[in-house]
Amino acid sequence: MMMNANGNAKCEPCALGPYTGGNPDPILRLVGVEKTLDGRKVIDGITLEIPRRRITAIIGLSGAGKSLLLKHMIGLMKPDRGQVLLDGADINRYSRRALYEVRRRFGMLFQTGALFDSLTVYENVAFPLREKSGMPEGEIREKVLRILRNVGLENALEKFPDELSGGMVRRAALARAVVTDPEIILFDEPTTGLDPIIRNSILHLICRTYHEHHFTMVMVSHDLPDIFQWCHHVVVVHNGKVVEVGTPDGIRNSVNPFVRQLVEGDITGPLQLM
Amino acid sequence: MITETVLSFAEALGARVLRATGFLGRMGIFLGAALVRAALPPYRVGNILRQVHFIGVKSVFVISLTAAFTGMVLALQGYYTLRKFGSEGLLGPAVALSLIRELGPVLSALMVTGRAGSALTAEIGIMRIGEQIDSLETMGIDPIRFLVAPRLLAFLLSVPLLTAIFDVVGIYGGYLVGVHLLGVNGGVYFGEMKASVELADVANGVWKSLAFSLIIAWVCTFKGYFTGRGAEGVSNATTSAVVVSSVLVLVCDYFLTSVLL
Ligand SMILES: Nc1ncnc2c1ncn2[C@@H]1O[C@H](COP(=O)(O)OP(=O)(O)OP(=O)(O)O)[C@@H](O)[C@H]1O
Ligand SMILES: [Mg+2]
Repeated sequence: MMMNANGNAKCEPCALGPYTGGNPDPILRLVGVEKTLDGRKVIDGITLEIPRRRITAIIGLSGAGKSLLLKHMIGLMKPDRGQVLLDGADINRYSRRALYEVRRRFGMLFQTGALFDSLTVYENVAFPLREKSGMPEGEIREKVLRILRNVGLENALEKFPDELSGGMVRRAALARAVVTDPEIILFDEPTTGLDPIIRNSILHLICRTYHEHHFTMVMVSHDLPDIFQWCHHVVVVHNGKVVEVGTPDGIRNSVNPFVRQLVEGDITGPLQLM
Repeated sequence: MITETVLSFAEALGARVLRATGFLGRMGIFLGAALVRAALPPYRVGNILRQVHFIGVKSVFVISLTAAFTGMVLALQGYYTLRKFGSEGLLGPAVALSLIRELGPVLSALMVTGRAGSALTAEIGIMRIGEQIDSLETMGIDPIRFLVAPRLLAFLLSVPLLTAIFDVVGIYGGYLVGVHLLGVNGGVYFGEMKASVELADVANGVWKSLAFSLIIAWVCTFKGYFTGRGAEGVSNATTSAVVVSSVLVLVCDYFLTSVLL
């Protein structure tokens, strides 16, 4: 870790060097994915690669299709057209059973948290381990407590989701997404709605997890421009299309006027929202 | 002009039929999937028992209450009718057969639909709109196996037992009114009952309650699983689950009676 100009502790996911594209071995590849919902094309021919063992950030305006994109990556939604290739095999061709098997390699944080509301925080985080790992209860307890301590929820173990604040729900959901040490982790806005201190500690947690295991991570985020410090690879989406793909520095210095406007948060530019 | 009208009418009709067929197909596939998963191991015994507690144990009070009053009113009405023919002694069998063959299974099913079926639809519906079902999917857990199958089994176990409770309590309700209020001889009430109620009558009631429990579990879990959007979606799903299950129970009751009689 080192300190950046603002005095924030800066994690260095980029110690592996920025991802420069053309990786011969992307873990996930979307090819020409299209999806129409309620008569509107919400994913419009997206082709992109998720590099293996790197952190990829997906950015874009609200409603751009980022959450839907994540749901396609894990096979929760089937594209009308196109393919989602995991290690070269189309996940939408798998049988149901094989798809469930494949999903054990994934962890996912939903934008809404999606905690089970009949279970406590502790039970929610222990749930995937109890259901899938066959780990003895003692080990599960140790692991769950460690992760909940890392996200600062050690005092909320017995609380139910409706007794938590929005930020606490998100942190509990984050803990649940990573508890099984999945090889590919999809985060839908892990830091939205958190105070600055917790937000930083969550980013550090993600970063530390990355350095420990070198999992593949995909992170949807609105934290611009901060997110550029926390990823290797950036995908910009707009209106269901990929606008630009590149390294954090490449996107930061992009000449595409739309990307410039998004990164700088300008009111004026090619996008007129008001 | 006329051909156009006819064509567009045919088109609309065709679309409707296709939609209805698709819907029925989906319902059928859903039931098949749930039954297969309920039949195959691993059995989630703890999960099933929790559901039996919710659907069965917690319904015992309402079921007993309705049963007592049903039995009591049957005795009143039965006594009034039978007296006209001078055969008040047959009050026992009249109450028992009405309950065991017909009212026990039907009324228990309707009460369980209102108390447990609606709650089930709402619970699963809320899990759907809160992305909790999606979240199970992403963990590689089959939501039909995890959520639907145990509830289906719990209904199949609980409803026939609740029906048995209904029958017994109802018969004693009838006894209370018939014997203590209207003065039928208590020995005659039970004696005649023993002479005329056969095992086939009881079996008839059991078949019915099994069929009804399947209908309720099927409709209520299906409606919750495929709920519409938002709070309104869940409330519509719940209402329609109760209406559809109740209607289907009554319709099915007629056909089962005509087959089993
Ligand atoms: N189930 C659905 N049915 C119909 N339209 C949908 C559905 N889910 C999403 N959409 C539409 O698809 C578009 C993309 O939605 P998505 O949730 O992916 O946006 P997003 O990029 O994640 O936005 P945000 O940053 O606000 O989370 C939106 O315009 C939304 O209205
Ligand atoms: Mg989103």
